[in-house]
Amino acid sequence: MSVLAPPLANHTPPEPDTTPWRATPARLVRNRFAAVIGVLVVWVVAWALFKDHFTLTIGGSEQTPVFDWLRDRSNWVEEAASSGSNPVINFAGWIADIVDSVFSWLQSVFTVAKFPRPLPQIGWLGTIALAALVAYAAAGWRTLALVVPCFLSFGVLGYWDDSIDLLIVTFFAVVVSCFFGIALGVLMAHSRRFSALLTPVLDVMQTMPSFTYLLPFSILFGIGPAAAVMMTLVYAAPPVIRITAHGLRGVSGPVLEATDSLGQTGLQRLWNVELPMAKRTIIAGINQTMMAALSMATIAAYINSPGLGQPVLDGLKRSQLGTSFVAGIAIVIMAVMLDRSMTAAGFRAELAARAGEKGGPFRKVGLGLAAVGTLVALYLSHSYVWANEFPSQPDLGTPLRNAVDDFGNWLRTDLSHLTDAIQRVATDYGLNPIQSLLADSPWFVTSAAILVIAAVVGGRKAVISTVVCLAGILGLGLWNHAMETLTACLVATIAVVVLAVVLGVLMGRSHRVDVGLRPILDAGQTLPPFVYLVPVLILFGPNRFTAMVAGVVYAAPVAIKLVADGVRAVSPNTIEAAEMAGSSTWQMITKVQLPMARSSVLLAANQGLLYVLAMVVIGGMVGAGALGFDVVTGFRQANDVGRGLAAGTTIVLLGIMVDRITTYGAQRASSPASRA
Amino acid sequence: MEHKRPRIVAAALAGLGLAVSLTACGGGSIQDAQTGSGDKKCGDLNVAVNPWVGYEADAHVLGYVAKTRLGCNVNYKDLDEQVSWKGFGSGEVDVVVENWGHPELQKKYMADKGGDGSAVDFGSTGNKGVIGWFVPPWMAKKYPDITDWKNLNKYSSLFKTTESGSKGTLYDGDPGFVTNDEALVTNLKLNYKVVYAGSETALIEAFRDAEKNKKPMLGYFYEPQWFLSEVPLVKVDLPKYTDGCDADAAKVACDYPVYDLNKVVAKKFADSKSPAVDLVKNFTWTNDDQNVVAKYISQDQMDPEDAAKKWVDAHKDEVDAWVKG
Amino acid sequence: MTIQTTDLPNAGSLAADSGGPALKVEGLWKIFGAKADKVIGTGDQALSRKDLQAKTGCVAAVKDISFEVQPGEVFVIMGLSGSGKSTLVRLLNRLIEPTAGSVVINGEEITSVPAGKLRDLRRRHMAMVFQHFGLLPHRKVIDNIAYGLEVRGEGKAARRQRAQEMVDLVGLTGYENSFPDQLSGGMQQRVGLARALAVDPQVLFFDEPFSALDPLIRRDMQDEVVRLHHEVGKTMVFITHDLAEAIKLGDRILIMRDGEMVQCGTAAEIVAHPADDYVRDFVSEVPKGHVLTLRYVMRPVRPEDSLDGPVMDPDTIVRKAARAALASAHPVRVVENGQVIGIVDDEAILRVVVAEEDSAEGES
Repeated sequence: MSVLAPPLANHTPPEPDTTPWRATPARLVRNRFAAVIGVLVVWVVAWALFKDHFTLTIGGSEQTPVFDWLRDRSNWVEEAASSGSNPVINFAGWIADIVDSVFSWLQSVFTVAKFPRPLPQIGWLGTIALAALVAYAAAGWRTLALVVPCFLSFGVLGYWDDSIDLLIVTFFAVVVSCFFGIALGVLMAHSRRFSALLTPVLDVMQTMPSFTYLLPFSILFGIGPAAAVMMTLVYAAPPVIRITAHGLRGVSGPVLEATDSLGQTGLQRLWNVELPMAKRTIIAGINQTMMAALSMATIAAYINSPGLGQPVLDGLKRSQLGTSFVAGIAIVIMAVMLDRSMTAAGFRAELAARAGEKGGPFRKVGLGLAAVGTLVALYLSHSYVWANEFPSQPDLGTPLRNAVDDFGNWLRTDLSHLTDAIQRVATDYGLNPIQSLLADSPWFVTSAAILVIAAVVGGRKAVISTVVCLAGILGLGLWNHAMETLTACLVATIAVVVLAVVLGVLMGRSHRVDVGLRPILDAGQTLPPFVYLVPVLILFGPNRFTAMVAGVVYAAPVAIKLVADGVRAVSPNTIEAAEMAGSSTWQMITKVQLPMARSSVLLAANQGLLYVLAMVVIGGMVGAGALGFDVVTGFRQANDVGRGLAAGTTIVLLGIMVDRITTYGAQRASSPASRA
Repeated sequence: MEHKRPRIVAAALAGLGLAVSLTACGGGSIQDAQTGSGDKKCGDLNVAVNPWVGYEADAHVLGYVAKTRLGCNVNYKDLDEQVSWKGFGSGEVDVVVENWGHPELQKKYMADKGGDGSAVDFGSTGNKGVIGWFVPPWMAKKYPDITDWKNLNKYSSLFKTTESGSKGTLYDGDPGFVTNDEALVTNLKLNYKVVYAGSETALIEAFRDAEKNKKPMLGYFYEPQWFLSEVPLVKVDLPKYTDGCDADAAKVACDYPVYDLNKVVAKKFADSKSPAVDLVKNFTWTNDDQNVVAKYISQDQMDPEDAAKKWVDAHKDEVDAWVKG
Repeated sequence: MTIQTTDLPNAGSLAADSGGPALKVEGLWKIFGAKADKVIGTGDQALSRKDLQAKTGCVAAVKDISFEVQPGEVFVIMGLSGSGKSTLVRLLNRLIEPTAGSVVINGEEITSVPAGKLRDLRRRHMAMVFQHFGLLPHRKVIDNIAYGLEVRGEGKAARRQRAQEMVDLVGLTGYENSFPDQLSGGMQQRVGLARALAVDPQVLFFDEPFSALDPLIRRDMQDEVVRLHHEVGKTMVFITHDLAEAIKLGDRILIMRDGEMVQCGTAAEIVAHPADDYVRDFVSEVPKGHVLTLRYVMRPVRPEDSLDGPVMDPDTIVRKAARAALASAHPVRVVENGQVIGIVDDEAILRVVVAEEDSAEGES
């Protein structure tokens, strides 16, 4: 299975570093470490002296000129939308109308009864037949055998309509996203200037937590399916753009040259050579985009996107673990189904080309029969209630939901003393001192400390990004909240990295552990973030610790996999040599495998930070406060729209800052100057 | 050719299944099932469902009546208060059945308040809404003077949690709820920090736990609310509400007003010929009525639709009055 | 050895038929680098490659190359890697944009034609065979071969038919519907060859087409090119780093070093009179008897020479002449246009043949 969860970060290939001074790797690491310790010591002293001064705290209902300005802009957009006075906003409205009408037509076909018809045009039987036909035609019978049970499971879990709605939203968004995404990817591959222009935009988009998309999109497109589709397609676009460009750039030079020498035009070259040869890669990109779109489902439920996000969100609001969990399972099933079908379709396309005309008639007969069967199923489904409404029995959803709810109650009643104690100790002795250091020091002390650390870890380029981001955060007026969020992020990321190193090394060293853990991690990456939040919330109550734990759980799978792959990638020759030298297991891990996987560990830290940030922001809704909460209120309280927009932007700046520092840090770690 | 065979098998199976299903299906034609009561055309009715159970009770009772008596196709949409209002303009939402004031939204969306005119006030639901700060009964008994806001600072150390540092914690509900609490804490110079529990359920659970285990808790709550009959929370008196004392959101230093909860509908819906227009206009009931249905849903874990049915079946006359107008 | 099959001196006579060379190159330059166009016309252009790079950061890949190729001729450009030969051939069909100079094919100035015209020239008048084949992996053999016809807009039936002819011509009958990765390297290059021939070009470029193949297949493919040249008679420009291949295929050979032309001439000319030590070193391994003609070993007629020996053409290769010459008691008379232009005695023959054996022994 490919990476399923929101691909937040950008895997920019490491560039050679041009550090002017040379040092041995060991000394370099030691120097950097010492420098960071030094910064921390100075910082703590400054904190002790100036604590609680110049902290730029801001009251919960306080407004600033920046917030007011942003709110006025937002109001202006909404007024323009309702009065139709601005062409750009009219255009957005026009797009929303088109999307809405296409969407409601699709819904009337599959899920929603259009009066006076009491049921949708095509019910479960027709939908499954159609899906089976598509799966068979595009990917073969194996995929058909996967798709049909998956669809049935949606119904048996009790979420037939929600599942199909989510599929419609996802497909709609992915089709549009890929249409424009592939076009942009083609442009990027062919124009260096365009590529240079778009790359930073994509970088930023991929650092933005999905949550921050809510507010601007609801301002521009209102609420409902149109806004949800637009938000999802924009959020999901970067992978397909990037991977298309990458795929096209990777098309073999000799083939291009050879076909150019025959006098093809640019269009012929694109159509006959580049796109077909990059097809496999592009399909992988589409797949990633699809997974990203699916991961937006629960967030989009906030602006009334139909689909499985709704029950997940309901579960959160009513703290019903069972509801969130069962709906979450349906999302995982859908993700697996889409991922596998897409991959199979990619292979199938090539196989079909291979098989050529041989076996063609058989396939045609098979397809013909299947098409006839589908037509009949569609007719039945259109005409008869039993083939339209998904039967209420067998019902797997209710018992599963009840079982999980019982488990939730057990957690709540029997474990709460223990978990309360854990939460209290971790917060008082772990989180609060660090937060105090970051948030209660004067802003210039904290800024300076962050800058110096950025310089030590990431070098000159990181410093430039950090200066820009810190200035932005200061200017937006939510400094104190930003520092609270950053604290939660940092602490959770440290936990993620520790977890990733321990489990990653285990997985990297033992095939059996890997085989056992990987499917769990894969599924974990697909679960919507909210599903993690509910049980943790039940265990630890509404507070920052909850958000962090949820963040750790959410970020762990991707980080663990990165470290495991890094450890595994250490050349067997090196391992053999180290073994011959008589290394103990511990020496092997600490002196060979981890140092050689250093850039993977840093990449895991980078990804971990971005995933944790996404989750900590969501945690704002359940007592974690700070920036996440500002975004939520901005979205839900008209007066706080400006504050919400400022908070959203601040989150993006924080994300860029930590991403740049860790990315450049990872590049330096793998650059020749510091490598053995 | 090996790999072709399964496809043929699949096709054959599909054909077989088809034959079986063709012979198996007796009645149940959708034409027969077409809902009949179509003398008046109701069509779609989009009801926003805001995230508290009292609201759900209103929405589902209204929806159940619209569906069974008027043949409407009722769509329930889980939305926040603010977001629901946004939906009036786009046609996403027809009705908000329990609105708590929201002068800022009225200003934005109601024509007579200077808004874009997409929303119309459709009169009271008959419910009186009270918002305030509450403590569990055991605290009121043990610390009788805690119900006066002036004494809150005295007790703030009782309410200390990991989230509030040296201050006391004041729990709020869903970030979307009507609240002045941040401003109140600041303006009344209270040594408290507002922490959002996230939802109505979270508040209820916290209060239940506080009463059961005699834990201190101060939190935002409101009536009508069925939970008050399970645990009679005690309201803390804030400085008295006077007209206009809450005009500037940042400077509020007084209690919440008593809200006359009302229905708000989309202008498009109000102007339509739907029979549901009159139903919505006529819908009123008491706080007790709402609490009964809310309790069915929330404590008895009934399906909202069944809960509504149970109440409607027991209150034929009231419902008749809504429908006939 | 099939070198006799090409008629060296007659290559030029074909030129007279169509009037003018098939390909004319004059003062061709290619300089890579940011300020490449600032080098030509200054004193810098005389600098060596190394000095130029040190001074300007530019690399001169091709420096001031001029030559002509006659219709039907096989013209080989030879050099070691980095000599600029692959760049040079790409300048000829403008896969790489030249910095300066002129290339004329079919009366068209390639270096300045607009893009549309260039495309048209590529579609009809020239074609190229590549070292790494450059086949489309997602197309069948037949569709790969038809690709050039497809891009110039020929109908499906017509291009299929033409492609099938090419399949048969290069000996791939039966493999039409295979995919490139199902074929061996040699067969893949036959597809590349067929693709180039399918458009019926006047000039064929080969960029080290056989260097990625193993030696036995390479020899087969060289024979194949010789055969095809006989059958279709195209003008060919052939790039190689292999001197044996150059001698085997080339009517004339251009030797390049560091982007510059070192020597240009027939194989015999180059072996007999290497222009400098570099070329001498290069050709030292060549079996001279197999390359040199009598023209290069004869001496002027002296009055005391016997005139009873056998008569031979000056373009007869020494090895071929050796048996007859040694068998005869009299020295060979080299006759051109009815006139005796020189004498080859046994000693001259032995000098070529035995010297070679000496060097071979020295090697082992």
